[in-house]
Amino acid sequence: MNIFHREPKAENRTHFSVDRKFPHPENLRLSTHALSVYIGGNPILKLVNVEIPKNKITCIIGPSGCGKTTLLRTFNRLVDTIEGVKLEGVVMLGEHDIVRAAASEITEIRRLIGLVPQRPCPLPMSIYDNIAYGCRIHGISGRKKLDAIVEYYLRAVGLWDEVCDRLHMPASRLSGGQQQRLCLARSLAIEPSYLLADESTSALDPISSRTVEELFVKLKQDYSIVMVTHTLRQAKRIADHVIFMYLGEVIEEGDADQVFNHPRHELTQQYLNGAFS
Amino acid sequence: MKRSIFEEKVFKALMYAAIALVMFFVASVVLSVFKRGLPLLSWEMVSQLPGGGFYMGGGGGFLNAIVGSVYIVGGATILGLIISIPVVFFLNVYLKPYSKFGFVARLAYDVLFGIPSIVYGAFGFTIMIYLGLRASLLGGTLVVTLLIIPIFIRSMDEVAKTIPSDLMEAAYSLGSTRWETIGVIVRQIAPAIATATLLSIGRAIGDAAGVMFTAGFSDRIPTSLSQQTATLPLSVYFQLQSPSLEVQDRAYAAAVVLTLIVLFLSISGRIIMNRFSRNKIQ
Repeated sequence: MNIFHREPKAENRTHFSVDRKFPHPENLRLSTHALSVYIGGNPILKLVNVEIPKNKITCIIGPSGCGKTTLLRTFNRLVDTIEGVKLEGVVMLGEHDIVRAAASEITEIRRLIGLVPQRPCPLPMSIYDNIAYGCRIHGISGRKKLDAIVEYYLRAVGLWDEVCDRLHMPASRLSGGQQQRLCLARSLAIEPSYLLADESTSALDPISSRTVEELFVKLKQDYSIVMVTHTLRQAKRIADHVIFMYLGEVIEEGDADQVFNHPRHELTQQYLNGAFS
Repeated sequence: MKRSIFEEKVFKALMYAAIALVMFFVASVVLSVFKRGLPLLSWEMVSQLPGGGFYMGGGGGFLNAIVGSVYIVGGATILGLIISIPVVFFLNVYLKPYSKFGFVARLAYDVLFGIPSIVYGAFGFTIMIYLGLRASLLGGTLVVTLLIIPIFIRSMDEVAKTIPSDLMEAAYSLGSTRWETIGVIVRQIAPAIATATLLSIGRAIGDAAGVMFTAGFSDRIPTSLSQQTATLPLSVYFQLQSPSLEVQDRAYAAAVVLTLIVLFLSISGRIIMNRFSRNKIQ
């Protein structure tokens, strides 16, 4: 991993390697095959086939209600919290079949696929415990280890200098942008391979939003990022790969340059021109 | 004057009147108890067991009742928390929001909430007779626990229902099992746990009917769970029954101690729980 902005001070350095606490499956690929999702009998996603490329930012765009968020939440099975949801088809993450995963497998899948929520939502704990929580539930303990992890990931999101002297303050007292970066650090601390971002910058002010956006760009060398966004401009700025959805179907998928500049499908062209949103 | 402004003034006045009325009642109860009880409250009263003929004006104090009440309330509060936190957790995390079972369970707790304590006492007494047990510290503690569990559950549940779904999803997305979210939930509803505890202690320590048959009464401090024990409300009751005015005044002294204990527990409870609730997410 190469996301350190700065070497830690000599006295803080530990022999413990913070970035390899969990076994790392090689070549994890995330893809769906004929995925359909029904909520209360209504089809929300219809036969979706997508493949999320590695170490790139994939933006899912489309008008509201087209199933972007549902697709994202199917990847880590957060759709389960919705009443009356039914999944069909296959979603593969490495060897895990996400659709048919048992409860114990789901927790492992969720460790491998981090989520940065729409609105920043720190856990009701201190800044330190927000990051340590995920590690603790996945069996990492020991003060020294956790100290190193907390520092490492707070540095990774550029929050360390802002909070290093008040790590035990409630996370709810941070500003919105800081909270969102804390949520990002919290997800990174359990070493996911994929990061899901559900309009993660929409609730932030423009400057914080830009900071978080830049972080995503920096993080893509180590993670594959799937992002739902409502702002086309943002997608154009940072996307490497684009999935355009309309009414629960994937209309067009491809390289950002190709989709934005030479869309193959009529609907994509119309959406990009602002004919509907 | 415009009508809307006039209305506002009228209702503001009504609200002030209501507040003044409540404060008047609180102050008059406290004042009348303290006025009669405080002059008789001495170190001897709170540090000694009743001597011979205490209830007829003899020497001694009501330490037995103070210790008995603290034992029963302390035990019942701890037991009540141990039982009700998992119930609230189950109702809000494991059950779906519109589950029929949840509806029935909540209805049952509402019914239990409204049952008077004498019924709990009679119920506990019946069970104890059936099992061949005598009135004891254990029996009293269990009945008081039954009495306060609905208070615990209902007041914590109301707050647990408002936990933002974002927060649950944040915990799940880190790979928490439903059980592992308990750390998050308890921290989030910490202020409610504090309030519930204070309400329960207030109800438990002032309850006479529930412990009358089940804990009995004794002039000694119990040394085991199977012994009978005195409680402050019953001590007040027995002393008030005395024809002697001086003994009646002593009942007020016991009531002062009861009030002070509730006050002390309330304030310390708030301070302790404030430390846990500072992390709450709005």
